[in-house]
Amino acid sequence: MVQTPPPPDAFLPLPPATFHILLAVAEEDRHGYAITQDVAARTGGELKLSAGTLYRSIQRMLEQGLIAETQDRPAPELDDERRRYYRITPFGADVARAEARRLTQLVRMARDRGFVAGRA
Amino acid sequence: MRVYDLLLRLYPASFRAEYGEEMSAIWARRRRDASGLAGVAALWIATVFEVLFNAAAAHWDILRQDLRYTARTLAGSPGFALTAILVLALGVGANTAAFSVTDFVLIRPLPFHQADRLVKLWEKLSGYSKMELSPANYVDWKHMSKSFDGMGAFWDTSVNLVGQGDPERIEAAAVTADVFPVLRVQPAMGRLFTAADDREGAPGTLLLSYPLWQAVFGGDAGVIGRRVNLDNEPFVVIGVMPRDFHFPSRNAELWTPMRFQEHSDDFRDRTNNYLEVVARLKPGVSLDQARAEMGVVAAQLERQFPKENEQTTASVNLLRDELSQQSRLLLMALSGAAICVLLIACANLANLLLARGLARQRELAVRAAMGAGRERLVRQLITESLVLALAGGALGVLVAAAAVPLLARLVPASLPIAQSPSIDLRVLVFAGVISGLTGIGFGVFPALRASSQSGLGALREGARTGGGRKERFRSVLVIVEVTASVVLLVSAGLLVRALWRIEATDPGFRTGGVLTLRTALPMPKYDETARRAGFYTRVIAAVEALPGVSSAAYISFLPMTMRGGIWPIAVDGKPVEVQRSGSHTASLRFVTPGLFATLGIPLQRGRDVGESDTVDAPFAAVVSESFVRRYWPGQDPLGRHFKVAFHDRTVVGMVGDIRVRGLEQNSEPQVYLPYRQVQDGWLTGYVPKDLVIHSATGPGTLLPAVRQIIRSADSEQPVSDVRTMADIVEAETASRSVQVRVLGAFAAIAFLLAGVGIHGLLSFAVSRRTQEIGVRIALGAQPGEIVKMIVRQGAVLAGVGVMPGIVLAYAAGRAMEGLLAGARPGDALTFASAIGLCVLMTVLGSLVPALRAVRIDPISAIRSD
Repeated sequence: MVQTPPPPDAFLPLPPATFHILLAVAEEDRHGYAITQDVAARTGGELKLSAGTLYRSIQRMLEQGLIAETQDRPAPELDDERRRYYRITPFGADVARAEARRLTQLVRMARDRGFVAGRA
Repeated sequence: MRVYDLLLRLYPASFRAEYGEEMSAIWARRRRDASGLAGVAALWIATVFEVLFNAAAAHWDILRQDLRYTARTLAGSPGFALTAILVLALGVGANTAAFSVTDFVLIRPLPFHQADRLVKLWEKLSGYSKMELSPANYVDWKHMSKSFDGMGAFWDTSVNLVGQGDPERIEAAAVTADVFPVLRVQPAMGRLFTAADDREGAPGTLLLSYPLWQAVFGGDAGVIGRRVNLDNEPFVVIGVMPRDFHFPSRNAELWTPMRFQEHSDDFRDRTNNYLEVVARLKPGVSLDQARAEMGVVAAQLERQFPKENEQTTASVNLLRDELSQQSRLLLMALSGAAICVLLIACANLANLLLARGLARQRELAVRAAMGAGRERLVRQLITESLVLALAGGALGVLVAAAAVPLLARLVPASLPIAQSPSIDLRVLVFAGVISGLTGIGFGVFPALRASSQSGLGALREGARTGGGRKERFRSVLVIVEVTASVVLLVSAGLLVRALWRIEATDPGFRTGGVLTLRTALPMPKYDETARRAGFYTRVIAAVEALPGVSSAAYISFLPMTMRGGIWPIAVDGKPVEVQRSGSHTASLRFVTPGLFATLGIPLQRGRDVGESDTVDAPFAAVVSESFVRRYWPGQDPLGRHFKVAFHDRTVVGMVGDIRVRGLEQNSEPQVYLPYRQVQDGWLTGYVPKDLVIHSATGPGTLLPAVRQIIRSADSEQPVSDVRTMADIVEAETASRSVQVRVLGAFAAIAFLLAGVGIHGLLSFAVSRRTQEIGVRIALGAQPGEIVKMIVRQGAVLAGVGVMPGIVLAYAAGRAMEGLLAGARPGDALTFASAIGLCVLMTVLGSLVPALRAVRIDPISAIRSD
C-alpha cells in the first residue's frame, strides 16, 4: 500500500498552530508540553496552545505525515515514561518551507504597497 | 483534576485513549502555574470553552473521515447501497405519506386560534345522535347557557351568482354574526358581519373566500363595495376572508349573514332542525362542564316543551372530533399498514447489514489489526448505516410527495381544512426522525455483531465463521417480514371484498346513459308554482325532442347527493308531531312526470305522478315498496291515506326502492310528490332542481344542446353539478377504491420486500454452504434433492411466519370491521389467497438460490478456501 505523498503546497496555507508546532519540533524532538512551552516562548506568550488544540493538531499532522513519533528517548533522568516525543519528517520540513515561502511572498507584496514599515 | 477528566470524556474515546493522559498532565501543570483566584477561574473558563470546541472538532474530524470511507465503500458495492436505499425509501416514504395525512386530519390542531376550545353543539334524539338544532332551541340554548364565550349558527347553502360573467352556482354558508368572532378570525380585507347586517330586512352583505375572490373577481383590490346578485337579490361585498380560511367545510366559497327571521314561524319552530352550531368554551370551562350544563338546559326545555322536545338532549363535541368514525378508522388502518411496511423495510435492512457485516469481516479484522479500536469500527459502521438511512429517507420524502396527492382523497371534505396536506417542516422532521432511528436502530446491532471479538477472529478462522446464531437471528427477521406481509395482504384483501360487496349492491335505479345537471331556481323569482312549472315543461319538452333522448324529468334532489330531506309520516290519523323518533320517517322528493321511467325505477302498482295533479286536485303521492311494507304489509296501498309535509295525501302508485342514502347505508322509505302540488312559496327547499336525462347519446354531444335549452328558457339561470348517474354511484365507492389502492400498494410493497428478504437469506445461506453442498453433490445427491433442501428451508421460514400472521390479520380485521361493509373479518377466501400468495413468494424467493446451489461445481467448491 504505497501512497505517493501529496505535493507540499497541497497543505497551504497551514493553520497557525500547525506551523508553530512544526517550528517547535524542527530543532529537536519534543513532547507535547515542551511544544506548548516553546511556542509560548517564541511568541512572547502571545500564543498559548491549549491541550485540545495541540493534540488535535498533532493527530492530524501524524496522519498527514508532517511529524512522526520518535522511539528515541532522552536520558532516563530527563524522561517521563508517559510522554511521547515528536519529530519533524522530511516531508514536514518541505511543507514548513513551502509555508515560509508563501508567507515571505505575502510580506513582500504587502511591503510593495507600503503596508510594512522599514526598508523597501 | 477529576473535573478535567470528566470534561475529557467529551472527546471521542479513541482520541482520549491516545492523548488523554498527556492532556491531563499538561492541564495539571497549567493549573499549578495559575496564581490567584482570578487566575484559576480564568483558566477554568478558558478550559471549558476550549474542551467544548476541540471535542466537537475532534468528533467532526472522525465523522469526516468516516463519511469519506463510507462513500468509498458504498461506491465499491453499489448493488448493496442501492438495495438498502430503495428498501428504506419505500418504508420511510409509506410512513411519511401516511403521517402527513393522519397528522393533517387527526392530530394537528384545526387552523383556528385556540382551536381546542371550539365545540359543536347538536340535538340528540333517539335514533339520531347528531341532529341539527331547531331555530327556537338554538336561541334558547344560547341564552340559557353560561359555559360559552360566544355561540353562532350556520347552515350550508348554495346560491346563484349572477352579474360576473357566466351565471354560477356557488357553495356558500349562511352564518349568524357571531360565527366569525367565535372562530377568532379576521378578514384579509374589509370587515366582518355585524349585528346590523344580521337582521331581518337588513341590506344584503357578503364575504368572499380568497379563492372565489381570485377566480371570479380576478383578485381585484377594489372589490369591497361591489354589488352582485345572489339568487336575484342584491348583495354588497364587504370583505374577503384569508387564503387558508375554510368554514364550515372546505367547499364554502362565500358567506352571507343568516338574517334570522326572528319573528317568523321559522324562529318559533322547534321541530324543523337545520341549524349547525359552533361555540367557544369560556376560559376555565372544561368540555365535561359544558356538557353537564347543556344537559341541564336541554332537560329544562324538555319540561317546558314536552311535545316538541320529547327525548331531546344536547351533545357537545370538540370541533376537532367532528369526524366520522369511519374516517378515523381508515386513517388508523393506513398508519398501521405504513408501520407494517416500515417494519418489513427495517427487517430487510438489518438483514442486508448483517450479511454485509459477515462479508466484511476480513476487512474489519484488518482494520482492527492496524489499531482501530472497537469503538471506531462500530462508529464507522453506524455512520455507514446512517448515511444509508438518510439517503433512503431523502428518497422516501420524494416517494411520499408523489403519494400524498393520492392519499389526499382520504381527507374528509367535512373538515374546515384545506383539501391536501403538504410536506412541511413537521412532516420532514418526522421523516428525518424515523430515518435516523431506523439507521441507528438497525445499524447498531449488526455493527456490534460485526465488530465483536468472535467476528474479528476472521483473519485467523477464514470466512467460514459466523455460525448458526447469526443465521437464526436473520431467520427471525425474515419470519417477521412474512408475518407483517400476511397481515397487510389479508387487510387489503378484506377491503377488496368490502368494495366488491358494495359495488354489487343494486342502487335501485338506472346508472347507464343517464346525464344529470342542476338548475337551482332562485327565490323569490320562482316562488310561484306555476312559473316553475312553465320552466320545467319548457326545458323537459325541448330536451326530450333532442335526438337520442328517450325521457327527461326533474326531481328535488338526486339520490346519493342529498341524503337528507327526511320527514315524519303520520298514518291513520296519528298526529305528526309526536312521531319524531325516527321510526316513522320517509325521504321526501317532488318530481315531474316521467322520473321513474327516466331513472328506470320500476312502477309496480298504480300510476306515475301527472300534470293533472295540481293544488286543485286531491293531493297524491307515489310511495316505495318499503313504505307499503311498513304501513300496509300484504295490503293494497292504492287509495290509502297518510300525512306528510302539511297535507293529507292519497297513494296513487307504488315504485321500487332506491338507495337514497348511498350504497352502504340503509335508506328510509321514499315518498314522491307531484311537483305542481305545492302552494306558492312553500317548501322552497324541495323545489325540483336536478334534471335527469336518459339518452343514447353521450354527455359530450348532449350537454351543449341542453345548456342552450336552459339559456333560452331563462338566460340568468346557471347550470351546475353536471354529472352522469354512473359518476354519482361511482363517487359512492371512490374513497373506498382509494383505500383499497393505498392498502393494496402497501401490501404489494410488503410482499415484494418479504420476497427479497427470503431470497437474500437463502442466497446467503447457499453461498455459505457451498462446500457442504459441493460435498453432497460429490456424494451423489440429485439436483432435485438439493432444490428440495433449499426450498424446504424457505418454506419453513414462511410457514413459521404465516401462523402469527393469520392471528394478527384476524385481529386487524376485527379492528377495522367498521370499514368492511359487512364482509367478515375471518373471510376464508381472503385468508386462503393471502396464504397462497405467501407460498408463491417463498417458492419464487427460494428458486434462484436453489438453482444456484444445483449448479455448484463440487470440485471447485471443495477446493475453495
